[in-house]
Amino acid sequence: MVENKTVFNIEELKAWYGTKQVLKGISLKVQANKVTALIGPSGCGKSTFLRCLNRMNDFIRDFRHEGSILLNDQDLYSSDIDPMDIRRQVGMVFQRPNPFPKSIFDNIAYGLRIYGEKNKTVLAGIVEESLKKAALWKEVKDNLKQNALTLSGGQQQRLCIARAIAINPEVILFDEPCSSLDPIATTKIEELIEELKDDYSVVIVTHNMQQAARCSDYTGFFMLGDLIEFDDTKKIFTTPSNKLTEDYITGRFG
Amino acid sequence: MVVRASYHKELNTLEDDVVRMGKMAGDAVKASVIALQERDLTTSKKIIKDDKKINTLRYDIEERCLLLIATQQPMARDLRTIAALLSIITDLERIGDHAEGNARISLLIGDKPLIKQTVGLSKMAAQGISMLERCLVAFKERDKETAKIICDEDDIVDDLYDKDYREILDIMINDTSLIQEGTYMTWAGHNLERVADRVTNIAERVVFMVTGKMEELNVSKY
Repeated sequence: MVENKTVFNIEELKAWYGTKQVLKGISLKVQANKVTALIGPSGCGKSTFLRCLNRMNDFIRDFRHEGSILLNDQDLYSSDIDPMDIRRQVGMVFQRPNPFPKSIFDNIAYGLRIYGEKNKTVLAGIVEESLKKAALWKEVKDNLKQNALTLSGGQQQRLCIARAIAINPEVILFDEPCSSLDPIATTKIEELIEELKDDYSVVIVTHNMQQAARCSDYTGFFMLGDLIEFDDTKKIFTTPSNKLTEDYITGRFG
Repeated sequence: MVVRASYHKELNTLEDDVVRMGKMAGDAVKASVIALQERDLTTSKKIIKDDKKINTLRYDIEERCLLLIATQQPMARDLRTIAALLSIITDLERIGDHAEGNARISLLIGDKPLIKQTVGLSKMAAQGISMLERCLVAFKERDKETAKIICDEDDIVDDLYDKDYREILDIMINDTSLIQEGTYMTWAGHNLERVADRVTNIAERVVFMVTGKMEELNVSKY
């Protein structure tokens, strides 16, 4: 596996919900400007792991962790770190599109305004650029005042990606971003992910192994809280080293 | 995800059909040499006719492989198996064609006697068929070590062909009236030499199925 710049360096990450341990010591490097896919059966810990990367688990009572997550050498869970600042650097797109019940424009501008941007020209410029990067601009440019909830599911998901992009994160996390979308909308999101890696590092959790195979550079296979195998995507899907990985991706257990 | 029982059952059936196809091709090679030696034109004609059965099975297996790719999105060892099957059936079909070729040579020679003893052809056929039979077992058992040994054995057939070819050349040099029949006999030898080459290709695919590495394990002299 050829290593480029590392954006996340995770070492011996363990996590618990109450007394239940869900991550058992995960060590993994996420490389910059690459797409890293996480696959594994339900309950394997992949979403918990993803949510550790921008401290989304902070919202869950009884969550605790051990081990370290370095984002460009800064310790994500250090006491002097503001989780809000982490979430600006590490954006997230969820399973179901979750636009705010506001206009398309206001959805994209929301984060920018929270971070203090008031200049309308700057806001309009970033909204346009973000929508273009999310491949949605052509479809909505004449209706920016329209309520975002009137968009189709696929459009709403691209809007959420645009919203994540708008605050210029370094990493975008995708938690099963296509599971509620039809095949055409899914294809658009997958193409978009491919384009996004020019500017961002991407980590995607997916139940769709073909999706991981299609749009990622690296793949990690999780099972029962362990990272069983992590390697180049083409190696994982053609000649995985671990029998458990092989059995999972060929459908011999699940 | 549920365990994909019907998919894996079909994959196993496909493998069994490839073994069956291999046995058909091997039997055809054996029969073609005996028919040539015994001047049994009836059997030679039957071998030509029966080659269509091998071809038909090849297309059937190919279609079912494509269907599995289209509907099941095979991964890892399953993907390598299907890729190997598609390659192996091409070589098996060609082995059938070499048998058919020898049957046609038998018909070309017609009612004339053979110009020489055919011990060399028998040895080549026996070695090639033995390689094929063991290769089919190695295929089912994912036995890459045996597959590599089989690749090395191609040299045995090459040497047998070399010897046979020179003997026929000598006969033709000494008696130019035998050039036509002599040429036919060299073709028959060449067909058997090619059978072993095809088996080598199949053995290389067995190694690929196990290791994921595509490599040429023996380069034939011819």
